Amino acid sequence: MSAEAWEPKIVAFCCNWCSYGGADSAGMGRFQQPPSTRIIRVMCSGRIDPLHVFNAFLEGADAVLVTGCHIGDCHYVNGNDKTKIKYKFLESVVRELGIEKERLQLNWISASEGEKFASFIRDVTEQIKKLGPSPLKPEGVS
Amino acid sequence: MKGSVAVVGGGIAGIQAALDLADSGFKTYLIESRPSIGGVMSQLDKTFPTNDCAMCILSPKLVEIGRHPNIELLSYSDVKSISGEAGDFKVKVVKKARYVDEAKCTGCGSCTEKCPSKVLDEYNAGMSKRKSIYIPFAQAIPRVATIDAAHCLYLTKGKCGVCKKVCGPKAVDYEMKDKEIELDVGSVILATGFKPFDPSLLKQYRFDHPDVITSLQFERLLSASGPTQGHVTRQSDGKVPKRIAFIQCVGSRNPRIDRKHCSSVCCMYATKESIIAKEHDPELDITIFHIDIRAFGKNFEEFYNRAQEEYGIRYINSRPPETIVDARNNLSLRYEDFDSGELKTEAFDMVILSIGLDPSDSTRDLAQSSGIALDDFGNIATGIEKPVETSISGVYVCGAAQGPKDIPDTVAQASAAAAKAAALLSKERGTMIKEREFPDEKPLLPEPRIGVFVCHCGINIGSVVNVPDVVEYAKTLPDVAYAREMLYACSSDSQVTIKDAIEKNNLNRVVVASCTPRTHEPLFQNTCREAGLNPYLFELANIREHCSWVHMKEKEKATEKAKGIVQMAVAKSALFQPLYKQKVPLINKALVLGGGVAGMTAALDIADNGYEVTLIEKEKELGGMLKHTTELYDGKKPSDVLDVLTCRVYENNRIRVLNEARLTKVEGYLGNFKGIILSKGEEVPVDFGAAVVATGARNFEPVGLFNYGKDAHVITQAQLERMLGEGISANNTTMIQCVGARNKDREYCGRTCCIDAVKNAVRIKRANSKSSVYVLYRDMRTYGVMERLYEDARELGVIFIKYTRDPEVQYGSVVVHDSMLNEDIEIASDLVVLSTPLVAGENEVINQLFKIPLDKNGFFLEAHPKLRPVDFATDGVFLCGSAQAPKLMSEAISQASAAASRACTILSREFIETEGAVSVVDEARCIGCGTCVAVCPYNAPSLQEVTVTSEEVSYIAKKSRINPAACKGCGSCAAACPVGAITAQHFSSKEIGEAIDAFNKDIGLIEPKTGTVEAVV
Repeated sequence: MSAEAWEPKIVAFCCNWCSYGGADSAGMGRFQQPPSTRIIRVMCSGRIDPLHVFNAFLEGADAVLVTGCHIGDCHYVNGNDKTKIKYKFLESVVRELGIEKERLQLNWISASEGEKFASFIRDVTEQIKKLGPSPLKPEGVS
Repeated sequence: MKGSVAVVGGGIAGIQAALDLADSGFKTYLIESRPSIGGVMSQLDKTFPTNDCAMCILSPKLVEIGRHPNIELLSYSDVKSISGEAGDFKVKVVKKARYVDEAKCTGCGSCTEKCPSKVLDEYNAGMSKRKSIYIPFAQAIPRVATIDAAHCLYLTKGKCGVCKKVCGPKAVDYEMKDKEIELDVGSVILATGFKPFDPSLLKQYRFDHPDVITSLQFERLLSASGPTQGHVTRQSDGKVPKRIAFIQCVGSRNPRIDRKHCSSVCCMYATKESIIAKEHDPELDITIFHIDIRAFGKNFEEFYNRAQEEYGIRYINSRPPETIVDARNNLSLRYEDFDSGELKTEAFDMVILSIGLDPSDSTRDLAQSSGIALDDFGNIATGIEKPVETSISGVYVCGAAQGPKDIPDTVAQASAAAAKAAALLSKERGTMIKEREFPDEKPLLPEPRIGVFVCHCGINIGSVVNVPDVVEYAKTLPDVAYAREMLYACSSDSQVTIKDAIEKNNLNRVVVASCTPRTHEPLFQNTCREAGLNPYLFELANIREHCSWVHMKEKEKATEKAKGIVQMAVAKSALFQPLYKQKVPLINKALVLGGGVAGMTAALDIADNGYEVTLIEKEKELGGMLKHTTELYDGKKPSDVLDVLTCRVYENNRIRVLNEARLTKVEGYLGNFKGIILSKGEEVPVDFGAAVVATGARNFEPVGLFNYGKDAHVITQAQLERMLGEGISANNTTMIQCVGARNKDREYCGRTCCIDAVKNAVRIKRANSKSSVYVLYRDMRTYGVMERLYEDARELGVIFIKYTRDPEVQYGSVVVHDSMLNEDIEIASDLVVLSTPLVAGENEVINQLFKIPLDKNGFFLEAHPKLRPVDFATDGVFLCGSAQAPKLMSEAISQASAAASRACTILSREFIETEGAVSVVDEARCIGCGTCVAVCPYNAPSLQEVTVTSEEVSYIAKKSRINPAACKGCGSCAAACPVGAITAQHFSSKEIGEAIDAFNKDIGLIEPKTGTVEAVV
């Protein structure tokens, strides 16, 4: 398969109130994006357990996106503040494992930022296409 | 006094009013003349400016009306008269004979299939045929057949009778007669809508030619459920047109045929239809001939700009006088090109007449029979300070029956009318209603049996994603017992289909692959409940917003992705378990932020509904922007309106006013908020169940523009407004419109500035007819009945000059390039007035306190631009007035009453249901570390001392317990627990893990299931 045709697998964790709404707004605005990403909806980005992220990598994801409301906008007071702390930890572990930093990204996207969501997906897909498949990808998973 | 209300008209206005009333404790009769509710919105393909699928957002409301225990729907019924007085009305209704027994008809459609008589289909605006016995459209409510007596062969000639023969449940009854009934109600709401203008009255436009069609017909051509399944073709030869022209203002802004009003919506629907047509066929060449483009609403200007820049739609500022049909039956339009001053003629393959909104016949008839006053335009008369109150106390009006308006303004008025009716009858609240009942839940089988329903959403999904392919794929997935496709999964017949499928196939999990759970999850959850399934056994797979709409050009990949999304939803749903909500008490009090007209109206309406209100205002006095207004559009004095309102607020013993106050802290949630107000240096605690944000906006200061600030003769429209109250002495006034608006820095239109300018121009001319007034404008946006002000101004000699290049302000004069004359004109001006838009106030504080979003211009972002204009996505917080976007006083008042109505749907409840998907602790694994207690912002977990018995040893240990009434289900504790003792139900690590796992299994690598799959498509 040529590098051009290869579609990376990206898992995006989205919170119900902001970034999932941002993905919806991208749809409503018809902001086109590559079909590389699958969204896992959680109520709050604070729900995202580092284990979920590692699980995604171990199952074969080429990148994992952690997204939530802008700081201060969390529907559950401060869930995204906790996400930020956990993300720092995640980043350090991912570095230790030798995974490129592009494969794990954090972004705050509000429900009205459809265009931002789409361009985020476009950018990440582009970066991952350059990097190629994740080194953690198990055998037999494309 | 009766605790019931009659709502006349089942379009979106009547639907919203009925739902609000029924949800706040009143028995509601919804009376619709046509066989189904839905009104004109049901015929629309998309809605501007988001291009949301109209049926997709309307259909859940139709279904809700059909299944609401407190709404009695009288379809195919006409209201003959209304008599009585506020609190006790008698409404005479004729239930027209539909020749089908509603109670017996199942809507199966056998009769329609066999009926030999074909009639022009009004749903498709006469462009296709339907049968004489028919169900008007797929999502119709009620879903029962109606016989068109004028065309039925049996009823007209005594022959045929086939429908009766084929009807299984024996519902057809040729002997049925019209039946008159009388309803006793406390209040009446008129939502009789509008009638599309009949363009055959304007012979010059050649509506007799098959390729000259109305905008409503074009809307049907664009729709997947339309006569051509969404393919735009010519009526004459079925060919695909290449060049299409829209002619605006057909039946609007035309005093010669007694249509002086602007219809408010045509500029935007023409823009929308053009964009959709271009999306269908990018090669299309579309031209819109217009007088002014009136893109005045929230995000309309941005939409108009996108139409030009992204879609290449051509707007020509000229009104062709006629449609020319040549000897070969080809169409062309002649127009004056103002750029070159030439007369041009262009050929078009199709001409679309953007028809206006006429008052409906039923509005006129009902006004006559019941003595309700009409205005000069034939709309139901209201005052600008009482926009939903008719001439009869206790009878209210909403929507286009009150004047042309778009859907969000209609929905806001509908809720406003509901607030007024509910306030009138507040003592009778709850006396005539019953609770919604669901069947008992069926015991859950240990093995998951999943049903998958894949929606085409007309062509929204189906034109990109290969839906049958997804269905076939779904059938191969583990635990899937049933799969099928649906045209619109959200329609009422689809709910029946889903319920039947659950029943027949013994399904215990349901996956619908359609649109976003943010709008449609509750609808399908209720369907599950009606089929005896716990609502938490349902999952939506979003293959529209997240797939078909964002991969429009990659159909194969989109289909693969849709399969993947379904696969993930199926994997996750197999693990779902039933969950239950808790009932907790609520605080039946409201908090209103902002003491302007909107805030005061909202506070009064909530108080009149019987609930206590705290109203806070940042300034010393109530009144907001109206304090600085010196005359209203209808000539009334603002102080008359303001004094009455302020007086009523201060005298109302349910309203507590706090001046010089601001909210500094909020915690809690829907039904149970606690806040701190800082008023005059003192901290005042406040408890409330719902809040209304009415914080208004402020005038833009055009510092540095057009010599403002340098030249004392350059002032703003707001300053002129104040000066006019004191009397000015300028002889030559020049107003410049769109200062600081519709530009790169501030893309939106200020909505009110044209109307303000025209109003003040008229005032100057009336005070001194010898003075000269020039208005330099880009588009005059005196929409709706405000067009009259514009007409008055021209009659009084105000001179309007359209500019495309910014005018130059010099000391004593203004130089403008007149695009019509193509020359520079110097206007002697001793006063230059800059019309500036309203801009957002300091909304960030409230945005942070309530976690409610702002749009890109800093105004508050409502939950949905069309159907939830005064709601926030956050439950229990509502929005009104210019805090949402600039608006006129009458519109702010409508919205304020609407916000009050929405708040009352909460305040009137006896209890609030908590979140069902809460977190739970596995005590055996809990080590009592207290991390969850530290993490939770709601104090839901607490450490309890429990006795642990292990083998023969008993000891006391600390274990966490989560109070389900306090838990909001965010799942932060589950993510933080170091030993994995906490499960965030419905979003458990196992469920999330299954979904991730499903993603990584490649499509097609799933092992096919053994055994047979019972699947019907």
